[in-house]
Amino acid sequence: MGLLSRKATCNTHGQDSSYFLGWQEYEKNPYNEVNNPNGIIQMGLAENQLCLDLLEPWLMKNPDALGLKRDGISIFKELALFQDYNGFPAFKRALVDFMGEIRGNKVSFDPNHVVLTAGATSANETLMFCLADQGDAFLLPTPYYPGFDRDLRWRTGVEIVPIHCTSSNGFKVTLPAIEQAYRQAQKRKLRVKGVLITNPSNPLGTTMARDELDLLINFIEDKQIHLISDEIYSGTVFTSPSFVSVMEVLKDRDLDQTQVWERVHIVYSLSKDLGLPGFRVGAIYSNDPVVVSAATKMSSFGLVSSQTQYLLSAMLLDKKFTKEYMSENHKRLQKQQKDLVAGLEKAGIRCLDSNAGLFCWVDMRHLLKSNTFEAEMELWQKIVYHVKINISPGSSCHCIEPGWFRVCFANMSESTLKLAIQRLKSFVSSIGMKSQNHQELKSLRRKSRNNWVFRLSLQSFYDREQDATTKVSFSYRPHFMSLSNIAATLDAAA
Amino acid sequence: MVAMSKIATGNGHGENSPYFDGWKAYETNPFHPTERPEGVIQMGLAENQLCFSLIKNWLIKHPEASLCTPQGVNKFKETALFQDYHGMPEFRQAVAKFMGKVRGDRVKFDPDRIVMSGGATGAHEMVAFCLADPGEAFLVPTPYYPGFDRDLKWRTGVELVPVNCESCNNFKITTNALEAAYVKVQEANLRVKGLLITNPSNPLGTVLDRDTLKSMVRFINDKNIHLIGDEIYAATVFMEPEFVSISEIIEEEDVECNRDLIHIVYSLSKDMGFPGFRVGIVYSYNDSVVSCARKMSSFGLVSSQTQHLIASMLSDDEFVDNFITESKELLFNRHKYFTWSLSQVGIGFLKGNAGLFIWMDLRKLLKEETFAAEMELWRVITNEVKLNVSPGSSFHCQEPGWFRVCFANMDDYTMKVALLRIRTFMLKNNEAMVPLKLCRPSSLKLSLSRSLSRRMDDFMSPGIMSPRSPLPQSPLVQART
Repeated sequence: MGLLSRKATCNTHGQDSSYFLGWQEYEKNPYNEVNNPNGIIQMGLAENQLCLDLLEPWLMKNPDALGLKRDGISIFKELALFQDYNGFPAFKRALVDFMGEIRGNKVSFDPNHVVLTAGATSANETLMFCLADQGDAFLLPTPYYPGFDRDLRWRTGVEIVPIHCTSSNGFKVTLPAIEQAYRQAQKRKLRVKGVLITNPSNPLGTTMARDELDLLINFIEDKQIHLISDEIYSGTVFTSPSFVSVMEVLKDRDLDQTQVWERVHIVYSLSKDLGLPGFRVGAIYSNDPVVVSAATKMSSFGLVSSQTQYLLSAMLLDKKFTKEYMSENHKRLQKQQKDLVAGLEKAGIRCLDSNAGLFCWVDMRHLLKSNTFEAEMELWQKIVYHVKINISPGSSCHCIEPGWFRVCFANMSESTLKLAIQRLKSFVSSIGMKSQNHQELKSLRRKSRNNWVFRLSLQSFYDREQDATTKVSFSYRPHFMSLSNIAATLDAAA
Repeated sequence: MVAMSKIATGNGHGENSPYFDGWKAYETNPFHPTERPEGVIQMGLAENQLCFSLIKNWLIKHPEASLCTPQGVNKFKETALFQDYHGMPEFRQAVAKFMGKVRGDRVKFDPDRIVMSGGATGAHEMVAFCLADPGEAFLVPTPYYPGFDRDLKWRTGVELVPVNCESCNNFKITTNALEAAYVKVQEANLRVKGLLITNPSNPLGTVLDRDTLKSMVRFINDKNIHLIGDEIYAATVFMEPEFVSISEIIEEEDVECNRDLIHIVYSLSKDMGFPGFRVGIVYSYNDSVVSCARKMSSFGLVSSQTQHLIASMLSDDEFVDNFITESKELLFNRHKYFTWSLSQVGIGFLKGNAGLFIWMDLRKLLKEETFAAEMELWRVITNEVKLNVSPGSSFHCQEPGWFRVCFANMDDYTMKVALLRIRTFMLKNNEAMVPLKLCRPSSLKLSLSRSLSRRMDDFMSPGIMSPRSPLPQSPLVQART
């Protein structure tokens, strides 16, 4: 007879995942430019720290926001007592305006359809409690945010069935993949209640194309199930293609005011777009009044502090400020992402082309000893303990192809990013040629590219004999190696 | 295909209870002294509004608590990024210290056992998720806070089984009643996982005595079930007998107890009057529960902005000591005046010494001794007397005719209007009227001593007024002239 509940003693909280273990290792030995320059650099935490310096001048210019005053007069009592689960009206209005602005005002949102929750973590769990019974399932495209295993399943008893996406088409969602997942759920005797997508995607850092969204809408219409679109990274789209929300697609197809309109729900948060994860501001947006009503009651278990609602309503109501902030945010994200991609490329590592998010989806398949998850774990451990960088292995995101890693870039300064890239480059150099030999022996998919690289590297070796300073860049090949590495491999193979 | 879950479409949210109906009546027609003088006065909301001037003064002197100074603004970034579910160390230390002070420093709380939650509401649900599986049960003495039906049962699937307490012995929780409830649950083939007590009690406004607490600890220890002590009203004990926490009982020499069974739910919503800030706490003596609850707290962390404010405020020892004393004094005065006024018109009530409410005895006003009659009386009070009070049935009280009336969520003027309405209603009913003492204008001014040990006699003069009242004279006096 257990003293505690099954939920308390099981592993569904998901914290035994490598995703969290990496964080733990980081915490034991965190990098600090001054105090601990040999520590682990945290690249496993998707935080946006690039624009917080912009908030400070705004706060100084608007002292009432933090000071809990209105026109200079304290409203502390009013806020301290405000526990209405319908939320601070001014805050909800400001929030929906902000959400509309992010979507280029192509859709507008009604504050009465918003439910405030303590972070997106709470929003996602609450939607599960509202839409699914214990033992029901939601389909999720892989790779997906590891936290979903806890948020969607732990206390709700809901199951996740993966929609497997692969690198063969840039991890896009396809109809065969969705149908396969649905069949899988049926085989497991699970009732599918909906699909949950993250758009822009975590961990891919890409936005969904219109045709993908169309596909999903058609599917949920056909099966009469729900679609949840987690759009918490919508404000981090720093380059084209521009963000298209599922709400926009519904509107363009004249599906608003239909049944399917009421089965599409959005999850939002200010943790990523504004970089304020500590304030626990999440939201559910639904066109179904029954969902809004049920979720509102449930939000009692995790309301947003009124102190925070007041601060952020003042901030978001300053539309000039938020416009400038978001514009600068995009610029800085783009620069940091470019630096990471270029730096990795110099180390022979390619990333999935991305236009959003706070991370890159990095292809390290060529560095694996074998095309297995064991090899991925081995590589990951090397990177955490020897290279001293915490990154998230694709297996923790349920990716079905070993060798992909999520690497975050928005939670550090330029100099720290440079250092991280430097460390990776050195690491790759040290294992470079051995790894290339392995790659030549495995994956059928890469055989032609492997041959090409081998021929080119031979040629480069001879070129190098003639001109030591010539550098050839193969920016679109998956297995770029520096010339010295190629030479070393050939020496070793000889 | 059913579009939503059973949980969402069922009634487990508990909002169809008359407890909430009364709030709705208030919301459609809320009292305002000038704009809506005939509106409904909210006496169904247990809020503590008496101490805000103290807090405001402290805030003015400490802008850094709100991150409002240039140095504070530098801290903004660090605060905004802080989402560690362990919570800020300074926050946990300050809360642990406060909890100790509220218990007269007779016990010390370990900051590492403090787990955050979305208010006490979130804390209760979290504890239920940690301790019980769906279908298992907690015993809860009646009458109990209506919100427990939602907080402990709704999404968890846990059952609540009442432990009946009766007015004949002042609703004391007896070992017999506990045993009887336990047996009943077993007969129904359910498994009891724990006992939930609220001490000080909502809605009774009383504290549990040492012997009762000890017998409860013995009971749960024998049965190897958990004891959850909801102590959210701990700092509202304004009069003897002194508050005794379960944290003190388990330290006593003659008490044998497996500490893994002991858990406390706390909050700043009642003691400090900050329900809007959503500061809930789970304090467990069980390491596995602390660990699990901490992970679950991700679903309802306290905003770091609020953690910072609370950490600053509660680490100011002088302010805290002063606040605890002042708060008790204001509650004592308010309670005294209220209960005196009720007795003046022949309304009985359970003798209480804590909380933000009074457990009123209106049994003699019932047409018959039934819950239907209680509902009828309640409708009259809401619609005709225009007061929102909470009927005992919504607290699962086993005897009809009891009502909870809150007194700390309004200013002096509104309180006087409410009492006048009660008096008018009772005069109309003409039942068991006690001859009224004449109200002499000269006795309206009363200087308040700051000691809590003065005797009841000192406050028997009518027309007690808090120095904060905006009115020079009681409306009771005005009504007669």
